[in-house]
Formats: sequence, C-alpha cells, structure tokens
Amino acid sequence: MNKKDDKVRVSRNTIKTGKRLLGYVTRRFKLQFIAVFICIIISSIASISVSLSLKFLLDDYIIPLIGKKTPDFSELYMALTVLGTIFLMGILASFIYTRLMVYIGQGVLKEVRDDMFEHMQKLPIRYFDQNTNGSIMSLYTNDTDTLRQMINQSIPQVLMSSITIVVTFISMVALSPLLTILAVVMIFVLIFVTKKIGGNSGKYFLRQQIALADVTGFVEERMNGQRVIKVFNHERVSEEEFDRLNEQLYDSAANANTFANMMGPIIGNIGNLQFVLTAVLGGFLSVAGVGGITLGVMASYLQFTKSFTQPFMQVAQQFNSIVMALAGAERIFNMIDEEPEVDEGYVTLVNARRDEDGNIVECKERTGMWAWKHPHKAEGTVTYTELKGDVRFFDMTFGYTDEKMVLHDVTLYAKPGQKLAFVGSTGAGKTTITNLINRFYDVQDGKIRYDGININKIKKADLRRSLGIVLQDTHLFTGTIMENIRYGKLDATDEEVYEAARLAHADQFIRMLPDGYNTRLSGDGEELSQGQRQLLAIARAAVANPPVLILDEATSSIDTRTESIVQQGMDNLMKGRTVFVIAHRLSTIRNSDAIMVLEHGRIIERGDHKDLIAQKGTYYQLYTGKLELS
Amino acid sequence: MNRKLFKSIREYKRESVLAPIFVILEVFMEVLIPLQMAKIIDIGIAKGDLEYIVKMGIILVVMAMLALIFGAKAGNYAARAGAGYAKNLRHDIFYKVQEFSFKNIDHFSTSSLVTRMTTDITNVQMAYMMSIRLLARAPIMIVLSLIMTLTISRQIALLFLIVIPLLGGVLIFIAKKAHPHFIKVFDEYDILNNGVQENVNAARVVKAYVREDHEIEKFHKISQTVYDLFTKAEKIVAWNSPTMQFFMYSVILIMVLIGGRSIVFQTMETGELTSVIVYAIQILSSLMMVSFVFVMIMIAEASSDRIVEVLDEVPEMQDKEDAVKEIPDGSIDFDHVDFSYAGEGGNLSLKDVNIHIKSGQTVGIIGGTGSAKSTFVQLIPRLYDVTKGSVKVGGIDVREYNLEALRDQVSMVLQKNVLFSGTIYENIRWGDENASDEEVQRVCKLAQADGFVQEFPAKYNTMIVQGGNNVSGGQRQRLCIARALLKNPKILILDDSTSAVDTKTDALIRKAFREEIPDTTKIIIAQRVSSVEDADVIIVMEDGRIDGIGTSEELLKTNKIYREVYESQVKGGADNE
Repeated sequence: MNKKDDKVRVSRNTIKTGKRLLGYVTRRFKLQFIAVFICIIISSIASISVSLSLKFLLDDYIIPLIGKKTPDFSELYMALTVLGTIFLMGILASFIYTRLMVYIGQGVLKEVRDDMFEHMQKLPIRYFDQNTNGSIMSLYTNDTDTLRQMINQSIPQVLMSSITIVVTFISMVALSPLLTILAVVMIFVLIFVTKKIGGNSGKYFLRQQIALADVTGFVEERMNGQRVIKVFNHERVSEEEFDRLNEQLYDSAANANTFANMMGPIIGNIGNLQFVLTAVLGGFLSVAGVGGITLGVMASYLQFTKSFTQPFMQVAQQFNSIVMALAGAERIFNMIDEEPEVDEGYVTLVNARRDEDGNIVECKERTGMWAWKHPHKAEGTVTYTELKGDVRFFDMTFGYTDEKMVLHDVTLYAKPGQKLAFVGSTGAGKTTITNLINRFYDVQDGKIRYDGININKIKKADLRRSLGIVLQDTHLFTGTIMENIRYGKLDATDEEVYEAARLAHADQFIRMLPDGYNTRLSGDGEELSQGQRQLLAIARAAVANPPVLILDEATSSIDTRTESIVQQGMDNLMKGRTVFVIAHRLSTIRNSDAIMVLEHGRIIERGDHKDLIAQKGTYYQLYTGKLELS
Repeated sequence: MNRKLFKSIREYKRESVLAPIFVILEVFMEVLIPLQMAKIIDIGIAKGDLEYIVKMGIILVVMAMLALIFGAKAGNYAARAGAGYAKNLRHDIFYKVQEFSFKNIDHFSTSSLVTRMTTDITNVQMAYMMSIRLLARAPIMIVLSLIMTLTISRQIALLFLIVIPLLGGVLIFIAKKAHPHFIKVFDEYDILNNGVQENVNAARVVKAYVREDHEIEKFHKISQTVYDLFTKAEKIVAWNSPTMQFFMYSVILIMVLIGGRSIVFQTMETGELTSVIVYAIQILSSLMMVSFVFVMIMIAEASSDRIVEVLDEVPEMQDKEDAVKEIPDGSIDFDHVDFSYAGEGGNLSLKDVNIHIKSGQTVGIIGGTGSAKSTFVQLIPRLYDVTKGSVKVGGIDVREYNLEALRDQVSMVLQKNVLFSGTIYENIRWGDENASDEEVQRVCKLAQADGFVQEFPAKYNTMIVQGGNNVSGGQRQRLCIARALLKNPKILILDDSTSAVDTKTDALIRKAFREEIPDTTKIIIAQRVSSVEDADVIIVMEDGRIDGIGTSEELLKTNKIYREVYESQVKGGADNE
C-alpha cells in the first residue's frame, strides 16, 4: 500500500513531463506547429472581431443613417464585406489548423508508441519479470489514449484562449490601468485556486491511471487464464476480485473528474465576484472622480471584465484532459527512461572461411563456418576465432535475487560438437544455466567463456544469433505458420521452411490443416495442441540453422515416437556442432555425449550414459527407478 | 450510442438525472447573471448610483454562489455518473466473459477483450459524462436564447430556426461519414495491442532470436496503419469546427444586415441588436458544444459497438432448468462421438469414438502429437459440446448436468497450466475456497509439491507472479495438480500434466493417487509410457480415433503403435546398453 501512495504523490516532474511531451510536438512538427500557431491567432482574431466590430459598425455605419429619407447602405455593405473577409480568413485558418492538428496529434501519438515499443525491445528480461503484462499494455492503451485527447483538443483550445486573454487584457489596460490591477489580482487568485484544485485532481487522475493499470493487469491475467477459471468454476470469485478493483477505479475516476468538472464553475464565479468588486470599486472611483475614470470608460471596462473570465473557463475545462495526459505521459516516460539492457560487448559474429594458408577470413556469404571477430583496441588489431561451441562455466554462483541462489559453484565445459544434457528434478537450475548462456541475465566477468572468450565481451545480439534456442514455454506469433517458422531466418525460402518443418516432423500435421502452411495462428497458436506448437518451435529453430543449439524441454509435450524422429533430424542438422539439451525424460537425453545431473543448483554427477550408469549414482537410480516401475 | 448499453447505467440513474438538472439550474443562473450585470452597467454605473451598485452587487454575489453550488453539484454528479456507468460496463463485460464457454473464448482474443474493457469503455465514459453535462446545457441555452430573440425580432428568430436544423443536419452528416472509419481505427487498435501483448509475452523468444528490429519494423507498420486510419477519420471530423464557424459568421453578417436596416428604419433599438447578437453567439456556441460532444459520441459509438459485440455474444452453453446437480459416480461413456471445433460440417477432430470407463478406474491415454487426446478429454467436463453422439458421466449425458456441478466433480488439469498472481495458498484454494491450511498441504503432499514449497523461504505464502513464471515448469505442474485435487472430484483428468516432472516424482504422484483417492476415476494423458503403464486401461489414440484399448500387456501384443512407443522408451533404452 505504501508503495502505491508514493506513486500517487504528484511528482514535481509534472512540468518536466509537460515540457518533454511538448518536445514531441515541436521536434518533428516545428513548421506545422508554427503554422497552427499562426492560424489560431488569425482564427482568434476573427472570433474576437465579432464583439469588437459591433460597436464600431453601429456607431459609424448604422446610427448615422437613422432618420434619413433615402439611407445609403452601400458603406455598410462595404464594411460588412470587410468583416466577411476577416471571417472567411478565420474559417480558412481554422480549417487549416484543425487539419494540421490531426496530422500533428496522430503523428505524435505514433512517435510515442514507436518510441515506447522500440525501447521496450531494448529492456532486459528482468523488466518483464517485474511488471505484469497488463500494466505494460496499459501504457499503450490507457496512457496513450490520454495523450490523444490532450494534443487534439487541449493544446489548440489553450492556445486560442491564451490569445483571447492577451487581447482582452491589452484592451483593459488601455481603458484603465488602475482597475486592471484588480484583474491581475484575480489572475493570481485563479492561479492559486487552479493549483489547489488541480493538485487534488491531479493526484486522483494519477491514481486513476494506476487503478486503470491494475484493472488492465487483472483482466489481462484472468482473460488469459479464462479456461482455468472455467474448469475450476472460479467465475464468481474472479468476479468478486474484479469488483473490488473496479470499485477502486470508480473511486479515483469519480473523484478526479469531480475536481476537474468543478474547475469551470469555480473559475467562472470567481470572475463574477471580480465583476462585482470592479463595479463597486469603479463606481466609487468614478463618482469620486479619481483616476480619470468616467462612467463611459467604466461601462466598456465592465464589458471586457465580463468576457475576461470566459477564456479562463475554457482553459479550466481542458484541465482534466491535461492532468490526465500528464499522468499518462509520466508513466510512459518512466518506461522509456527504464534502463535498457546493458551491452558492452564488442566481439561480433561473422561468417568465415579459411584462405589458402588456413587463416580464418571474414566473408559475406554463409559458409557454415562462423568466427568471432575480436577487435583489440589497445593494439588496434583484429583477431578471428573460429566458433566451435566451446562453452565453459567457472565456479558459477547465481541467483535471480540476492537472497536466494539458484546455482552454486557450477563448473562445466561443453566441448565443441558435443551434445550436452542437463537432467535434474524441477527447480534444480537447468533453465537458469541457459538463461545465463544467452545473457538474459548477466553474470560476473569471466565466469562464462564461449570459445575462450568472456561472454560479457560478446555483443548480445551476436551471442544470441549464435545460439538457437527452443524455450520451455512455446510462444508463437499472430500470422501464418509459414511466417512463424520463418521467424528463425527471415529470408528463408519456402523450400527451406518446408525442409525445416519436415525435419521437425511438423510438415505432416501442417499439411493436414485446412490452409496448410498458410493457416493463420492467433492468440499464441491456441488452436494447435501443445505438442504441435512445440514442433513448430523446433522447426523455427531448425530453419535458423544455428551454430549452437539449446533445447530446453523442447519436446516435453511431444510423444516419444515423434520425438525420436525429430531427434534424428536435429542430430543430422547439428552434426559437429554443440547442442545443449534439457529434459526430464531420460529417453530424450540418453544419447548425449555428456550428461550433467543437477540438484539444488549443483552438478552432482557428470559423464555419458554409460559412465553414469556405471557410477550407480542418482542418474542410475532415476534410470533404473523407471525400469522398476515397469 | 447503442441503446443496449444504457441498461448498464443502473444505480447511477439518480446521478445521471441529477447532473443535467443541476446543469439546467446552473444555466439559468448563467443567463440571469449577465442580465444582472447589464443592470449594474446600464443603471448603476450610468447613473453613478453607488448604493444601487452595491445592492445589485450583493444579489449578484448570491447568484454567483448559487451558480457555483449548482455547477459543483452538476460536476460531481456528472463525474460519478460517468465513472459509475463505466464501472458497470466493465462489470458487465467481465461477468459476461465469465459466462463464456470455451468456444466463446476462442472467439475473442485476450488483447481485444482487454482493449474493450479499457480504451473502449473510457471512450464511452467520457462521451457519457460530456453528454449529460453539455447536452442538457445546449438545448436549454438554445431555447432560452431563442425565446429572448423572439421578443426582439421575429425575422431573426426565424433565421435561427432555419439555421439550427441545417447546421444540425450537417453535423450529423459528418458524424455518419466518420463512424465507419472509427470502427476501422479501433479494429486496427486491437491488432496493435495484440502485437504489444505478444511481444511482452514472448520477450524471451524475441530476444533469443535477436528479432528486436524485426518486431520493431512489424510494429511500425501497424502503428503506421493506425496513423493512416486515424488521420482519415479525424480529417472528416475536422470539418466540424470550420463548418460551425461558417454558419456562425454567416448568421452574424445577416443579422447585422437585417438588424442594421431595422435600426435605420427604427423598428429596432441598438441595444436590442447587441442583445440579439449575444443570443446568437450563445446559440451557436451551444451548437458548437453539441458538435464537440458529437465527436466524442462518434468515437464512443465505434467503441460501444465493440462493447455490445461482447455483451451480445450468446454463451454457447446454458444450463437446462431442471439440470442435474448430483453426479452418481465417476463412470464415463462415449457413445459414437464425433467432434469438430468448427461445428457441424467442419473438419472432424474426433471420429466415432466409443468407450466405457468404469468408476474408479485409472485410464491412461497415449498417442501421437495431434492425435486429439486433449480434444477427447475436454468433452468430459463439457468444455466443448459434441458434434454428434453423446458423452455420459455417471450414466447421464453431460448436457443434462448443471455445468458448475459437473465441473466441480470432473476436475481437469489443463495442458496449458496457468497459475495466477497471488500466494501458493491462494492459488491452491482455487480448488476449494474454504479449504483449511492443512487440507491445502495435504493435497500438495499428494501432488508431491509440498517438498519444494517447504523449501521456499515464505513456504505456502510465497507469491506466485503472473503466469507462474517464478516457479519452474515442473513445479507449476505439480501445483496445478494439487489445485485440481483440492476439489475432491469424482473424475480427475490430467492432460499431459506431468511432462515437466521427473519420472520419480511422477511415479510418486501416481502412487499417491492409487492409495489416497482410489474411488476417483483418473484419466491421465501422457507421453511417457511409464506414466500410463500401470493404468487399468490404456487408450491409444491416432488421428482422432481410438486405435487400441487394453492393459499394457495386452496392447504390447495387439497394438503396433503402443509397442513402438514402448520400445522406443523402455526397451530401446536397454538396447543401447
């Protein structure tokens, strides 16, 4: 709860946030924004000219004609034509700026979204661990929505009102500087009140955005688990929990909007109050004959006072969308400011071949041979090391949090071309090892070496490119099956995709689908069985044809018959390359070159199947335990 | 806005009615206050009558106070009505989705439901709040101003009467034009949000394949489409304000012309023209407000269609009135069952399945990937309805049961295991809310989960994060089994629920089943022969058909598929020695 209250406190950064948001508008749309600004001035002048011109029309063109036998209206027509021209310009200006604002507004939204997404891609896995999916999504939906409102309506409205305020203020000063002091006092009162209420309403708007994110998070989680809810008849309980969150959202939304809605009447009536004060003071001064205020001046001045509060009210009405947008923008910027995944690596992965002398040289085409390009800054030289898939861990101790270590003193080595397997009960730390190899989480320098290179020196993108991974949780993307497999190698030909699918034994079932390879998947491929999804994930890795492959429970939902077919295919593909396999099923790993048995984050046994059986240790027990059951 | 949605106002009717009433009161004040001001100027200031100014000033202050109170009240009621309405809509959608069958769930993507419950409802809420505030204000303003105008000049009043419907017509025309575009915008929004959701879910895949740039490019394309569609829709709406201005300025010019002539021919006072123009501005700015609300309604219209789409979805399964609530025993019968996800005429996933399972039996199901094992068991708790034939539990067709009763007694661990954010206690109690701590621990022991749970620092109070990502796959599966066991069901179905559990633990779980819940019918889908070997009956499935039924021994003799699987796992291992 405490943490939430902290978040709710309206931060001093609000102004900074506003500026940054405005930066989005001015950065790319400078010219357009200037054009908008000019058009708004023209349009404001046109609208102010309605009240300004009336007195002038009456005095100069209409009243003189009264009583004439044949009044000549031509001058009035002329004047009206001039006025009409001003109006026409106003209409044109407003046409132009509303149109421009569409482009600016949507353009800014697009940019914000793109920035968010681009940054999100750079964030470390930890960020996704720490934030619920729904709250991340809320940034793209709820928070971005608030910006639309603000940019499209509030900014032009505030600009227009500001111009009206300035013009009216000038007219007032011209009429009576003395009385204008009162108006200035009122402006300060207004600012004070606005701050006071605005602070409150801002607090609630921020709370509303947070409550909205909570609801989104909850809904997202429950909708994803809707099938489980059904199976457990858990609908009622979910509903109750939802109601609680929904009520919180209602509370903050009702409060926020109440304050925002009250803004208009409060400002309007402060204006009325000022009118009375001005009238009394002005009346007194004019009767007393002080300050050169005549009754005529007073009358005109009061007219202005009347229209002076109007624009303030209009600004106030925009207040809620501005506060809300700033609250949303702050959350968006917080995400954009989130520390991206650090990557200080400089060793890159290149295609290579050997020249006549047997030296490794870089080349463009794919040769089936890869090399690490290692620039040495100090000497200014570049060395190439052939990628062999030699992975070593040195005394690795690691925990996702400082309190709980998952791996203890793990030392291991995968010799090039080996098939290395990890077995162990659930939670023994198998997946953690792969998480470290591809640097989803970072470790201390020198603890992991890849072909002799400290993996922290390898550029993350290149490191990961060198590792094909089939993860424990299969995730597919909306799109055709073809596209999903091609994800492993974007420029793969159709033939390559078919080949990979055949290798993964997925071809058969894909062809059975109504649209074959063009069958569209949605919602993480929910229409397929778990096993089929795993086959697709394997095909996706196969098409990438990576130097090193990691299979993390990749075949857990696939029947063993199919699995052995898939395995043969993968073995052929990966001949001479390093493969890491994680599995519970011993049949999956039996033919590995080296098997590591993990327990509580420690390697307790290692060797090939024969060695381990001979050792008669845990592996032996696992293996024979299974036979005992038969 | 869609009429159906108004049903959701419910308890906020009072606020929804009071808000416009207070708005109307406020408008009256707003009309009266300028008259009072005029008096102060025309009489007080003009005559220099200080006493009069003070007296009228006090009245004005009182009126201002009243206006403030009315305005504040109106604002408060409108805010509560809007927020409350939104709350009810969210409530309705959420409750509706709870009624959905699996088939209904397949129909909507998660992200689209989330967008509907957030963006779309926010749009409707804003439009509703604005509507009850401004739509009450505008007509009153128009009527009052029109009456005032009528007392001054019939001609000009007539002009208003012509212009108002004309302008209204144009505004509606614009709104109608824009509406389909907004619908498109929101559909594209769904796609965008879906893209985001996938990327959040599959962050590891994206990173593992170094596809960040590819995803960014994909996202850019979608966000560009959103931009294109949105600008198209908004460009139509952008006609609103220049159109309004065109009408407003034209009216003013015509009025000055008519009024000017009338003044010259002395049928109108100069003061009257000033007043009429003030009224004209009031009328037209009221219409401007209406058009502003119109834009919001237009956007909300598209949103409300999308909300109604969910609310209108007919829950595919509904209980019969005299639904059976008691399940006699855990026997299961499939009688010539055909099943297709697409319904009648679709591709058959199950073809003519016949089987009888006795109560208390342990049944293993084995079969290749995509052989419809999951489909088969999903029909038992009636997650889907059969296309042809019938499924009976305890001798009664599952369609005759009360769904809740059926699913209480037929406990299923889905292949795609999901845990929810909350403690382990909370997660296990999904099976039975009222279970004591001891009972929870008991089922966890049965599911072999107690061991690792006890190792967590916070034990059963350990927080599980969304999706259960902070426990390993095997731990998650065991927790899910415990959760299902807590229901104390007559039939327990495990859909490949021990795939990530090691063989030893797997065996312990099955042993516990045998000893602790002997009367429960247990159906176990598995890939490992060892998981099903000791079952009373094993069903071998292939391509949506039952390929063989029998004990392990029998099948080894009679069933080729089973033999192959068995050999690949058990005997094959020995061969390697």
